[in-house]
Amino acid sequence: MFEIGLAHYLTVSAILFVLGVFGIFMNRKNVIVILMSVELILLSVSLNLVAFSSRLDDLAGQIFAMFILTVAAAEAAIGLAIVVIYFRNRGTIEVEDISALKG
Amino acid sequence: MIAFAFYLFAAVLVASAVMVVTSRNPVHSVLYLILAFFNAAALFLIAGAEFLAMLLVIVYVGAVAVLFLFVVMMLDIDFSAMREGFQRYAPFGAVVGAILFIELLLVMALWRFAPDAADLRLSPTPAGVQNTEAIGRVLYTDYIYLFQISGLILLVAMIGAIVLTLRDRPGTKRQNVSAQLARVGAVESANPALGQGIAADDIIRPRIPEPPAPKKIEHHGGHH
Repeated sequence: MFEIGLAHYLTVSAILFVLGVFGIFMNRKNVIVILMSVELILLSVSLNLVAFSSRLDDLAGQIFAMFILTVAAAEAAIGLAIVVIYFRNRGTIEVEDISALKG
Repeated sequence: MIAFAFYLFAAVLVASAVMVVTSRNPVHSVLYLILAFFNAAALFLIAGAEFLAMLLVIVYVGAVAVLFLFVVMMLDIDFSAMREGFQRYAPFGAVVGAILFIELLLVMALWRFAPDAADLRLSPTPAGVQNTEAIGRVLYTDYIYLFQISGLILLVAMIGAIVLTLRDRPGTKRQNVSAQLARVGAVESANPALGQGIAADDIIRPRIPEPPAPKKIEHHGGHH
């Protein structure tokens, strides 16, 4: 009755994904929290891949999740570096002020 | 028992994810993010991906979350002012999130495995092999190019982060090797006899180069 299957994992992953998207909408001013929401979204995607990999007995999903982990780490490093230099130059990290490329 | 563990970890994961996006203090957000990563690692363990679970703890908790913590604590930001639009954007975000969630549930309800899905597997899990060894077997053979590309991505990220954040501060002193080696009278080697000092007072003073003569001030016919 309490068998844990693919649907359970997919449900948790969907909730996590929606929470990440919701976080991006909620914290419209804080770049750091937006980056954290992106991390949550990537985590939900890896959870999806791992669940399918476990269900299908296919290792490709886990390999793919590992590459997502790599890209997430790179993205966090670059994003936070951009945040740091932006704060150094402008003294703020409010998203609405980041409009220098708007022209 | 496994089911109970799954529900526990999933509940804590979702709760901490909610706290990540709604907490008032970004430092608390980062700490809840760490909690979420730990619980996700536990879910990975339940799904049988032990290596990825450990990787998640090491990479996400050990590196990414600590990086976030550093940046949040390093930047001197008035975070309370950043939450002005919180109530304003909440209904919009809730609507978008609800639509997305319903769509995901629809996809999950209507979706089926293809009948030949088992035959289409790219790298089936070998029997009787631990998870780490199985991943290693395929990662360094079938996926070696992807593995190396991911290494390149990390290299580019590292160089990019360094290039972005490195700055030349005026007034910092650096070692200039060529100037050091070309300096006049810097080092003299001596070969004194045993038991004897180098000189009468045992000190060799470096030859001080003569200071350049002060420039003669030329007076062009100015007005005085």
